[in-house]
Amino acid sequence: MELYTLIVLTLAATMRVATPLLLAAIAGMFSERSGVVDLGLEGKMLGAAFAAAAVSAATGSAWAGLGAGIGVSVLLALVIAFATVTQRGNQVVAAMAVNIMVAGLGPTLALAWFNLGGQTPQLDGPGQRFTALVWPGADAAGQHPFPGLLYAQLLSGHNLLVYVAAALVPLSAWVLFRTRFGLRLRAVGENPSAVDTAGISVTGLRYQAIVISGVLCGVAGTYLSTAASAGFTRDMTAGKGYLALAALIFGKWKPYPTLGACLLFAFTDALASRLQGVDLPVVGVIPVQAILALPYVLTVLLLAGFVGKAVAPAAIGVPYAKEK
Amino acid sequence: MNLPRFVRALLAPALLSAAAHAADFAPAIIYDMGGKFDKSFNQSASDGTTKFKQDTGIEVREFEVTNAAQREQAMTRFAQRGSQIIVAIGFSQASAVEAAAKKFPHVKFAIIDGTVNLPNVQSINFRENESSFLCGMAAALASKTGKVGFVGGMDIPLIRKFALGYADGAKFVNPSVEVYQNMTGTTAAAWNDPTKGSELAKSQIGRGADVIFHASGNTGGGVMQAAKDAGKLSIGCDSNQNYIHPGSVLTSAVKRVDVAVYQTIMDAKNGTWKGGPIVLGLADQGVDYALDEFNRKLITPAMEAKLNQAKADIISGKLKVAESKAP
Repeated sequence: MELYTLIVLTLAATMRVATPLLLAAIAGMFSERSGVVDLGLEGKMLGAAFAAAAVSAATGSAWAGLGAGIGVSVLLALVIAFATVTQRGNQVVAAMAVNIMVAGLGPTLALAWFNLGGQTPQLDGPGQRFTALVWPGADAAGQHPFPGLLYAQLLSGHNLLVYVAAALVPLSAWVLFRTRFGLRLRAVGENPSAVDTAGISVTGLRYQAIVISGVLCGVAGTYLSTAASAGFTRDMTAGKGYLALAALIFGKWKPYPTLGACLLFAFTDALASRLQGVDLPVVGVIPVQAILALPYVLTVLLLAGFVGKAVAPAAIGVPYAKEK
Repeated sequence: MNLPRFVRALLAPALLSAAAHAADFAPAIIYDMGGKFDKSFNQSASDGTTKFKQDTGIEVREFEVTNAAQREQAMTRFAQRGSQIIVAIGFSQASAVEAAAKKFPHVKFAIIDGTVNLPNVQSINFRENESSFLCGMAAALASKTGKVGFVGGMDIPLIRKFALGYADGAKFVNPSVEVYQNMTGTTAAAWNDPTKGSELAKSQIGRGADVIFHASGNTGGGVMQAAKDAGKLSIGCDSNQNYIHPGSVLTSAVKRVDVAVYQTIMDAKNGTWKGGPIVLGLADQGVDYALDEFNRKLITPAMEAKLNQAKADIISGKLKVAESKAP
């Protein structure tokens, strides 16, 4: 019984931890499918996390925070787009420049505006955060182990952005593989010359893809600062952008496998949090160090043994120059 | 704290370098990874320096490290610029202090939460197990489920000491209490990961805990937020954190880093400073549990009586609180 509760709670935590990863990975999918390496996920998320927390603290509205988060993230995305698509600069360098800039700029602005040492004020007013939505009857259902607890913990009790992220998976799969826009987007990542020959603007498509990536990173960053925690702290993305990129590659640039990869990373993380000090059947209590290493060990094992060849979009990382 | 003064304080190390004469008293302090405004351990140290500035009008040079390599560099730079005393906050600075103290035998060093056996180093440690014991008692007395939680920062002996005192205190009032323990990580990043802290707290709440004690610096912000969101109680650490979520923070295991920092700088200024180990416990008012207007309603008179009785017994030596698990 204890074990069953533990499993359900771990799965619920998996969903919460996976959300920012998933949002960022799908953001990266749009950008990378159009042929632009999206190393800037980390910076865009961090920028959005800061903007969302700052605006939410100032206005008292999480929705205004979300708007600001998306706005800043799109702005950063446009900077990257201008440097890499219009000016045909190196995509990795441009993205890293944004990452480093945001890592310094966020705390600096927070210091100047709020005087709290590079953090934003704690968000605890009503409406300043995206809090958990409790579905009808969840509290009563939670008293019954099966299926009540599943309903109460897994379906109900998450914040809005978790559901948004979940809905994005089928939506992005549909956009990428069932719409004309998706077809063109994929084509521009594989063979931009062919797209250009067909009379479609490579620049336009790549800009669109990068802006979509900016919007989704904005939601991911907002989730971190106004839903998962209550305020911005320095480096709060803690490498989630890079992890999302790894999940994207792990998922072979496809929506559902990427979802699987994000859930796996999140699951190992949630498991690591919960297995500490728990008396497991057969093996007993596992040392903390071994448990904290678990996500990394599992990732290496899976990447080494169970994932086949991942083929990147052919034109990824190559700035497109029209032949004259 | 007004802006210009604050900016001055931050820029002090750079600006003062030229201005400082050898005769001027220019104490320096080096904060650890959690940052000066962690509302916990480092902030307590910062409060001590602020008080020193207010009382004497002497600026304290400050530095916040953001990676491990900066520690010794910062100490060397402060020493070269003529700081007579350099206070290092946090156990992880011990090796840097040792190296710097050997290089500058005439400069006084103080380290909080660490031990360096050199004549020009004052090693200040606290009996956190004693305050944690009282917090464990408070947790077990306040818990309705008979399950309480502990979230540590980095997995180090110091934090184990907190955890042990807490668990012993909880079992002292309720032998059948269940204590869940989690550590955030094994690197210094574990002091600054509120998202993980919140996740750990949620997992303990999910298992039935209704009072959660954190000893994790900035990570604790997430722990306390998660407890408040779930309508449970949390216990703060190092600084008095009762004010952060009034009515949701049961108490705080206060560690008077501010007093220790103030005292060591003041002694250095007055020429009464001595190197060597200093250990501060309940008896020295170096640690305590916090009771103020923000948690007055949470601590019932009966609880308070029990806590104060235990406190008196610990001070008198009647009640022994273990520092580490018997091997």
